[in-house]
Amino acid sequence: MISIEPVAAPGAPLARRNPVAKVAAALVFSFTLLATLDPVAPAIAIAVELAVLPLFGIRYRVLARRAWPLLVSAAGILITLVLFAADRSGRVLLDVGPVLVTTGVLLTALGLVLRVLAVALPGVIVFATTDPTDLADALIQNAKAPARFAIGALAAFRLVPLLGQEWQMISMARRARGVDAGRNPVAKLRLFTSTAFALLVGAIRRGTRLAVAMDARGFDAGTPRTVARRQPFTRADTLLIAAAAALAATALTTSILVGTFRPLIG
Amino acid sequence: MNHSDTNRWRTIDIVVASVIAVAFGVIFWAWGLVWSATEGAFAFFPPAQTLLYGVWLMPAVLGGLVIRKPGAALYCETVAAVLSALLGSQWAGTVIPQGIVQGIGAELAFAAFRYRSFRLPTAVLAGALTGLSAALFDFFVWNVDYALGDYRIPYALLTIVSATLIAGAGGWLLTRALANTGVLDRFPVGRERAAI
Amino acid sequence: MSGVLLRGFGWRHAGRRAWAVRGVDLRVEAGERVLLLGPSGAGKSTLLSALAGLLPEDSGEQEGTVEIDGLDPRKARERVGIVFQDPETQLVMARCGDDVAFGLENRGVPAGEIWPRVDEALHRVGFPYSRDRNTAALSGGEQQRLALAGALALRPGLLLLDEPTANLDPAGATLVRRAVAGALDADTTLILVEHRVAEALPLVDRVVVLEPGGGVRADGPPGEVFATHGAALAAEGVWVPGHPIAPRPATATPGELLLTAEGLGLPPRLGATDLGVRAGEALAVRGPNGAGKSTLALLLGGLLRPGTGRVTASAELAGADRRTPPHRWRAPALARRIGSVFQDPEHQFVTSTVFDELALGPRRTGQPEAAVNDTVAGLLDRLRLDRLAAANPYTLSGGEARRLSVATALATAPRLLICDEPTFGQDRRTWRELVDLFADLRDAGHGVVTVTHDVDFVAALADRTVTLERP
Repeated sequence: MISIEPVAAPGAPLARRNPVAKVAAALVFSFTLLATLDPVAPAIAIAVELAVLPLFGIRYRVLARRAWPLLVSAAGILITLVLFAADRSGRVLLDVGPVLVTTGVLLTALGLVLRVLAVALPGVIVFATTDPTDLADALIQNAKAPARFAIGALAAFRLVPLLGQEWQMISMARRARGVDAGRNPVAKLRLFTSTAFALLVGAIRRGTRLAVAMDARGFDAGTPRTVARRQPFTRADTLLIAAAAALAATALTTSILVGTFRPLIG
Repeated sequence: MNHSDTNRWRTIDIVVASVIAVAFGVIFWAWGLVWSATEGAFAFFPPAQTLLYGVWLMPAVLGGLVIRKPGAALYCETVAAVLSALLGSQWAGTVIPQGIVQGIGAELAFAAFRYRSFRLPTAVLAGALTGLSAALFDFFVWNVDYALGDYRIPYALLTIVSATLIAGAGGWLLTRALANTGVLDRFPVGRERAAI
Repeated sequence: MSGVLLRGFGWRHAGRRAWAVRGVDLRVEAGERVLLLGPSGAGKSTLLSALAGLLPEDSGEQEGTVEIDGLDPRKARERVGIVFQDPETQLVMARCGDDVAFGLENRGVPAGEIWPRVDEALHRVGFPYSRDRNTAALSGGEQQRLALAGALALRPGLLLLDEPTANLDPAGATLVRRAVAGALDADTTLILVEHRVAEALPLVDRVVVLEPGGGVRADGPPGEVFATHGAALAAEGVWVPGHPIAPRPATATPGELLLTAEGLGLPPRLGATDLGVRAGEALAVRGPNGAGKSTLALLLGGLLRPGTGRVTASAELAGADRRTPPHRWRAPALARRIGSVFQDPEHQFVTSTVFDELALGPRRTGQPEAAVNDTVAGLLDRLRLDRLAAANPYTLSGGEARRLSVATALATAPRLLICDEPTFGQDRRTWRELVDLFADLRDAGHGVVTVTHDVDFVAALADRTVTLERP
């Protein structure tokens, strides 16, 4: 089923950090790593990510379940690169028709696959341990995000499980009407579109009612809002961001020192 | 009513924009369920995904066409990205910046018409520009190591074509169909329907 | 404590030709308890929205005046609290306490006062859980109690309730009415819209009836109003006490078995269930919330794969698919044999006009176009939808949408009809039409299964009742 509840053990030392700090740390870490195309820096980064996992209260099994599509994507990268690599230097390993695999191709592929994993994992970790309400509160209180928009989005997020159930009801209702697609992909696409349309209509109807109910409780009153839940931003939160930056920089520096660094632009 | 009044977001604008993004989050999730059999082929061969790239960009165009306020396209695509991160997307960290970049593309099209035209050409331009921004992001961030002529350029062009057709023209048709159901009656686009 | 004054008030929503409400003159003194009545479409909800200050000036056209304590309601919003019909769309936050706090934050109540006021409001409505409880884990009745707490926390002088129990099962509705009765103090003015009059009467001391064309038809103590206008209101669809609807028992004994369920279940939603449905029989399925009634309807309807046990269709019902269970039939074949009517009619809409909606099933099952037109014309007439043939299904009113969803299931002439809460939120007129329609089908030899909380509906129609327990 579809859910936006966090999956971390409550009280894990890093999972408890301010959500804005966690997101900032993930972004800093990921974007520093985007700068290089070599395999060394991402490999170090992945090691770091896996090492801090227990501090976020996520079990390796849970991470594997959330991240396994990444492995599928990694395989996709490998296949695409074998067909479309820009750099085909190095020793030829395989040469069949359009397929020309060289050591250069494999090295590039390794770099890209590791890069995808290294860049994606911090986000997976942070969002798996963050409660949407806490995130909205922190965005408003610590990142100066406009309250009306953050709360509006949060209220809409509450509809996610509901809309997930609705999708299944609409699908069954279509079958009851005598509409199915069998194995025909075009019919399947049309059925999907029609189900999605019904879902959107229902969602917008709900959104309209929700907005009225929110206004009835003074959401657009124009008086300055107060906050019922404090999201403290402490020294530990600053440290988390700094540590993320330092670790990412270390990974980059190492790759420069061992001579594998390949900048994204240049 | 002066211009600054019409540019202010009402609660209903904020919530419905958010709900559109959320509904698309659920639609993308369902896409994974429905196409799990064929999805493998898409995942293993990323170029095939570009044909349907426009689907992922629909929230931006639809948001702009329905809400008609500055920032609507950007907001919708960004909220959709945040939601997919919260839902546990494997791309969690990068979808948000990517969503922002894609949203800016569509936003530029609406801004170019000074938020006064929401007809088919505007929608198509919004689709094309969000496709362009998505293509540029992928071109520089993800596809650097691929062959330029055989892969990077065709990939970028396909992305733009898909976005123009699916997100642009498709988004416009979708907005009209939604208006006909009456659920957009509290929005200008819903009031363009004949009085009933 | 707040008073209300309306003078010649009218409102027309933007994009509509007809006025939603018009020509209303009404004075409600502070502390009064008023039941606002009127047939569907008389503008009760619009009037409540106006009182709550929720009709922005640019969303329509106003006539006359409306005042709360002498103020425009849009400027008197902090004096008014409102609870709507649908529990799902008035809760904002994921945790119960946060949701009650939401309004207090919006009004700028100092942080130190928020949580004591939240606790006080939760206590007033008899809320049984802690503040940390997830709002999604509540039943409909509990969610409505929470919504009431959210309104009361703001200490309104005027409390507006817009059919707060219409979407609830009887147990949930009782819960909410008890909470309202317990939470009201002498300082609160109450205006309640509710078409189930008998349940609402203990809460009010005055009844106001709106005239659909405009104006106020009747105004006074409940006894007087119903003595004079009760029969007319009942005919127009209001549930007035003392106007029972004649039951429709079966005219013949049931025929052969159509569908059999053996050990049928889907853990954890439904425990193993045995039942049989016969031709010419109206079977009611009852049971508390969470007993799996809707799941049973989906399983019998061939829409879900059983987790345990099986569903077997009779040779006559199954036709060419006699070797496979209903959930593996192709959809067009299923629609010809077993019709399903969902709780929310909009889930079933596929096309963009009422006509196409009715024609869809017959077309999918391969009928020639002339026969399709005949079928559609017959159904449009029978279910009073003729004027709406070209309308978009999503624009229909609740009663019209319900009639359309039943009509679409009948369009393929299935031998067995399965309905999930068909009378939910319906006015007395549509209710009565549904009883007659289902009774006619049954008497014509169809099997009719209804999953329902509606005791009156069971009494009026059912030949046999199966009661489910929580698994």
